[in-house]
This record gives sequence, structure tokens and C-alpha cells, in this order.
Amino acid sequence: MKKGVMRPGHIQIRVLDIKEALEHYRDLIGLIEVDTDSQGRVYLKGWTEVDKFSVVLREADEPGMDFVGYKVLNNDVLSQLEKELVDYGCQVEEIPAGELNGCGRRVRFDSPTGHMFELYAEKEQTGKWGVSNVNPEAWPRDLKGMKATRFDHCLLYGPNIAGTVKIFQDVLGFDIAEQVIDPEGNRAAAFLTTSIKAHDVAFIECPEPGKFHHASFFLDTWEDVLRAADLISMTDTPIDIGPTRHGLTHGKTIYFFDPSGNRSEVFCGGDYHYSDHPPVTWKAEDLGKAIFYHDRVLNERFLTVLT
Amino acid sequence: MTEQSTKETFRITDLNTDTEFYCADDTSLLVGMERAGSRSISIGCRGGGCGVCKIDVVSGTFSGKRMSKAHISEEDIAAGTVLACRIIPLSDMSIRSKTILKPANTGSK
Repeated sequence: MKKGVMRPGHIQIRVLDIKEALEHYRDLIGLIEVDTDSQGRVYLKGWTEVDKFSVVLREADEPGMDFVGYKVLNNDVLSQLEKELVDYGCQVEEIPAGELNGCGRRVRFDSPTGHMFELYAEKEQTGKWGVSNVNPEAWPRDLKGMKATRFDHCLLYGPNIAGTVKIFQDVLGFDIAEQVIDPEGNRAAAFLTTSIKAHDVAFIECPEPGKFHHASFFLDTWEDVLRAADLISMTDTPIDIGPTRHGLTHGKTIYFFDPSGNRSEVFCGGDYHYSDHPPVTWKAEDLGKAIFYHDRVLNERFLTVLT
Repeated sequence: MTEQSTKETFRITDLNTDTEFYCADDTSLLVGMERAGSRSISIGCRGGGCGVCKIDVVSGTFSGKRMSKAHISEEDIAAGTVLACRIIPLSDMSIRSKTILKPANTGSK
């Protein structure tokens, strides 16, 4: 049942070198640089995103993800969900408005997989970048690189995904759109949505807590994915795999790494999910095809290379 | 274009797998290994983040870039334990590769 969580709203990613990271996220992926704060964090967004920012880069000596945040309908929903998270037993911390430039009060909570999540209701709305909200043109002409349209989702690895998935289902109202089930009936992977997208967040079981697999950005077409692959070669950017198609969600995708070793994805297409749809199931014994629909073989790196 | 003649190339010997490859002085050890067609060091993110390409430097000099402290501490660096994707050779080097990933699984069927 929907609980008023609308969408993934921001992700804070740790990088070893902020300047190199900007060459990746701004110049290659094509996000728009929108702000820098007093801590030196840099804020970016995809050009179609209406809110001020969706990606925050923080320089640190260990790459990975600090947190991912979800926007809720309004402050009443935020207060209600905060109470429910506390009642559920999560460690909940309130982050005051303005700690991120232009973002309202945030409710941060921990999870069994070791990841930090946030909810918030308000963020400055600066509008889509480069186009008006009245009689808008199709796209702005001076986009860079892959011209990514939005931050779409992230995939996180950690132990006890059942525990984290339960919070997302029972407290936050996400649905399981797709899952991987092993022969003993255990859920090895879960793709959850709070919209009609095939995933707004995904989890894969892994012994190490708090691991970050990738942040994903949306492109419009398969041609755009191929063009992204060309740009990855032109810039000698480390590639993981692709262009290819996933079995899970059927998205068309390519994976590559930022200069600190955090994995990025750009993708297009994919299935849709409504709340009354039962989950789509992939068998763990066919994981190769589930992850890489064409090769039908899983590369070890996809499961083990994490930040 | 005549710039390539200014590059120096160093011999990198891996004592663990008893193999060697040549690496240019503007290329990380890991990428140099990949370009030479060698597979003695395991390849991960190539950005100092995942720790998969951890090696011990036995001899030789190198310059290094920042590495994730989750995988490489100050003590590690002092002891010559580094990530191959973040060091560039300044001389011939002997190394000992450490992380051996299992071969990729066979997927379907």
C-alpha cells in the first residue's frame, strides 16, 4: 500500500577527488552542476529534474554511498513516517533543514543491510534545466556527454536484505516489482518500486554491510545508450559491461566506473509495475540471464566489485 | 604527432604468478597489465575504490594516487601494499599479486 513516498530524490556519493568526479558526473554523464556548499560538497541534477539537485558528491578517503533520500508528499507524511520508523525500531536521526542547500528537514534512518536512508518533503524547485515550464522546448541544446535525464535508482548490497526490504514494504509502502529466488526459497535480490518504474531501489544479498553497487541515470533511447558507450571509449573510462539488456526489468544498459571506483549505470526502457501486479520472479539458478540477458553469463565482477 | 617517443616503459615482474609485463610511465600498473594482455592482477573498479587489485610492491619506485582507506591503510602503504590501479611505475618493479578471483561462473545451463 502506498504510504506517500514519491520517488528517489537524492544520493550522496563519496569520491576520492572532487575535480575528477566532476569530469565524470558532469562532463561525461552530463549532469548539471548546480551548487557547492560550505563543506565543499558539489550538487548536480539531471536536466529533466524539477527539484534543485539529485546527486551530491563529497570528497572523502573511502568511496561509496553516504545515503540515498526519498521525497514524500508533504510534511504530514514525513512526520507520520518518522513516527512509524521509530516504532518499527529503526535508529532515526533528524537532519535540520538547510544541511543540504535548498533541502528541507530530513529524517535519516538505518537499515539491516547497513545503508543509511532519508526521507524529506521539501526541496527548492528550480525547474527543469534549460527549458521553460510554459511552452517548453523538447530539450536544451547545450547538454554535455551522455545527457542523462535524471537520477533514477541505486542498487545496494548488504546482509539481511529481507530486513531492509521489510522496512521499505511495510513502513514506506514500496512494492516488490521483481525478485530473484534461490532453490531454497530465499530472496537473493529484490527490486522495489514506489511508482510505476521497474525499480526505485534494488537490493542484492551480500555478507558485507553498507556496500554500494551503482547509481543509475536514465536515458531516453537505445541509441543514447550506444552513444554513451562511444563516450566511455573516447574518454578511456573503465567499463564494467555493456551495452546489453538486463533480464530483470528488461532495461537496456551499460555499466562503467567513476574515477574513485564507484559504479555508474545509464539505461533506457524497462518494464512498468502497478501496485496490483504480483512480483516478477527470476530463478537464482538462471542468474546469468537475469542480470545479462544476452550473454546469459554473470561476470564475477558484477557481484564482487563494490564500494 | 611524435609525442609517444617521450614515454618510458618499465618491466613489471609479478613474483606470485611468475609473469611479467611492460608498463608505460604514464599508465597505472593495472591498466598497463591489461593493455599488455596479462592477467596476473585481478581487475576491479580501476579507480582505487574496491580493493580487488591489491598487490605488494617488493622492489622498485612508483608514484601513487589516493586509495580507499577501507582497503589500504597508512600502514599498508608504508609496508608497500597498494592498489595496482592507483600506482604509476617510476622504475622497473617487482610485485606480488594477492587477490585471486575465482573464474567467472558459467551462468545458465
